[in-house]
Amino acid sequence: MNVLETKNVVKKFGNFTALDNVSINVPENSIFGLLGPNGAGKTTLIRIINQITMPDSGSVLFNGRALKPEDVHNIGYLPEERGLYKNMKVGEQAIYLAMLKGMTKSDAKKQLKYWFDKFEIGSWWNKKLQELSKGQAQKIQFIITVLHKPKLLIFDEVFSGFDPINANLIRDEILNLRNEGATVIFSTHRMESVEELCDHIALINKSNKILEGNLIDIKRNFKTNTFEIGLLTDNKQEVQDKISKHFKVEKARFKSLNDELKLNIKIENDSPKELIQLLNNNGILNHFVELIPSASDIFIQAVHKNN
Amino acid sequence: MNKLKLIIKREFNAKVRNKSFIIMTILTPFIVVGMSVLIFYLSKANDNSAKTIAYIDDANLLSKEVLKDSKTIKYIKLTNVSSADVKKQAMDKDYYALLVIPKADSLEILAKNIQFFTKKTPNMMLVESLEKKIETTIRNKKLEILGLDSAKIEKAKIKTNFNLSTYSGEQSSKFINGAKIAFGSLGGYILMMFIIIYGNSVMRSVIEEKTNRIIEVIISSVKPFQLMMGKIIGNALAGLTQFAIWGIMVMILFAVASSFMGLNMGEMQQAKVNPEQMQMLQDLTTSGKIAKVIQELPITLMTILFVIYFLGGYLLYSSLYAAIGAAVDSETDTQQFMMPIIMPLMLGVYVGAFSVISDPHGPVATIFSMIPLTSPIVMLMRVPFHPPAWQIAVSLILLVGSFIFTVWFAAKIYRVGILMYGKKPTYKEIFKWLKYK
Repeated sequence: MNVLETKNVVKKFGNFTALDNVSINVPENSIFGLLGPNGAGKTTLIRIINQITMPDSGSVLFNGRALKPEDVHNIGYLPEERGLYKNMKVGEQAIYLAMLKGMTKSDAKKQLKYWFDKFEIGSWWNKKLQELSKGQAQKIQFIITVLHKPKLLIFDEVFSGFDPINANLIRDEILNLRNEGATVIFSTHRMESVEELCDHIALINKSNKILEGNLIDIKRNFKTNTFEIGLLTDNKQEVQDKISKHFKVEKARFKSLNDELKLNIKIENDSPKELIQLLNNNGILNHFVELIPSASDIFIQAVHKNN
Repeated sequence: MNKLKLIIKREFNAKVRNKSFIIMTILTPFIVVGMSVLIFYLSKANDNSAKTIAYIDDANLLSKEVLKDSKTIKYIKLTNVSSADVKKQAMDKDYYALLVIPKADSLEILAKNIQFFTKKTPNMMLVESLEKKIETTIRNKKLEILGLDSAKIEKAKIKTNFNLSTYSGEQSSKFINGAKIAFGSLGGYILMMFIIIYGNSVMRSVIEEKTNRIIEVIISSVKPFQLMMGKIIGNALAGLTQFAIWGIMVMILFAVASSFMGLNMGEMQQAKVNPEQMQMLQDLTTSGKIAKVIQELPITLMTILFVIYFLGGYLLYSSLYAAIGAAVDSETDTQQFMMPIIMPLMLGVYVGAFSVISDPHGPVATIFSMIPLTSPIVMLMRVPFHPPAWQIAVSLILLVGSFIFTVWFAAKIYRVGILMYGKKPTYKEIFKWLKYK
């Protein structure tokens, strides 16, 4: 089942079309990567999901029915442009924002205590926000986003501003939340975190969705049946010529301990059996990896093709 | 509704816990009372330093009775001094002024040739009173020459004061009109102050949320309209609290000041009021007329309309302030949008100060008391003069209508503006925002 669906969403600002018939499906309990170059329309789409702006046409479904104003209580949103009141105390501020999300005061306090204990930041409670560092403020912001246990979490560039240790801490918490049943929409430019976290992605370019689906399926579609091999042989050039009679061959570059013949070899059908036989007959095969396109490769390829 | 309450509470707390707000709230009454006490003492001290005025009377015009010494002025007649030396002498002895009455062929010529020397520019009140004294003396002399009895002429002088009243029998007098203007102006002035101070504070609060970048977090939880209204109401409540504290503190401080420092309120008034008015005021107080005048003012109507116009005017303007705050990135960018707000506000006060006072039901006052942006101030000033009911009704309907329109308009700009960063919008662009869904 899909927690969230957008159907043919169109949004125009004057003459500029920010979103052109964008439909996405976010499966329940997934981590959904919403990707795209700068200015593609991701933030506009996220704002529409958060009911900050309204679509010109098209609809948004939440849990299979039309999105309602009260649904904000079930959504946690961490925008890219984020901040908190500088002059307000951390605890008071967190309670206020939690109550705006529909929590009761006592419930908010209880949850905050849980998170403050977990992150060991209880001493910040009575500090004003301006006394905290940027990273510390980001932590508070993360807690505020997830505090009301939303079904759907939307993170826009969640890791920006965190050092690697805290970035890992946040990543673990996001995975935890997913395991506890939340669905996560994840918008970022950092492809390594997409690789690591996302199981579904949608790619938006120039106001259009150009790609969507399970990340593994997409990778399967984008793979070119190319293998990276390392072959120990005395006569490199001769072997390479021999192989290139049967397969498309390119020089490969990777680090290894020996001075091998390093090649990228593309095969025509799905089975590398023939290739392995050929290689075995011509030397000692000590490196054999299928080249699977990374999220970054897919991103670049898809965007280039679309442009 | 619950969220609106939360926002109002936060805005109120953020405002009243602000250090500068607290300091201003406590300090302002002290400054106001302190300044008035200071001014009072200074003007008293000014008067207390006795001035010496020397005079030469070659025309033999003045008797000792005309220039009588008073607490503040001593007169010295100089005789046997040549007119060349006299200035030097006056300067050496540090006399405040030197009055020279020359010999003249006729009183008419004399009247035009009297000279008055001072070290610096003289106190004009003093000059005027001296002029009056000498004028009277010369006139009396002239009457004598013409063979007229000055005592009889004095007797023949009769003062006329019209008993003003409307057809419906409502009494009025200059004083009553003055009181009405005072009440109306006070209301209008308070409203203007309130709009400028707290409208600005609404605007700053909007800008703060934009620069803090918290705005998107909040409007993912509440409607921008709720946030805007919460701000407007929260700031108004903080403002009312501040005004109430000011009012109470000023009263207490004046009471304390007058009892501790032996200040007499009446004395303080006297310092500013001329004797004729003083006389009138005394008449009124002794005969209990003031109470009557105040009773005759349409107090209930005034109070109700004050509340309505106050709320309407504040909401109208503060929603515009909120829209400006949303449209810009920083306070320095607000200038170009401030004009259209400040202009009608100023216009309202000017129309109130000139047109309403000279003719409360004239065309200018009537028109401006109906135009929504000026009506809160102008109509408030007109209310004590009993404007026709239909005019109040039209003015109120227009006010409420335009208030609804402005809030809608401001909410639209607000909704789009709060998410726009980094560029200074033009009027044209803002107009475009209105069409965004």
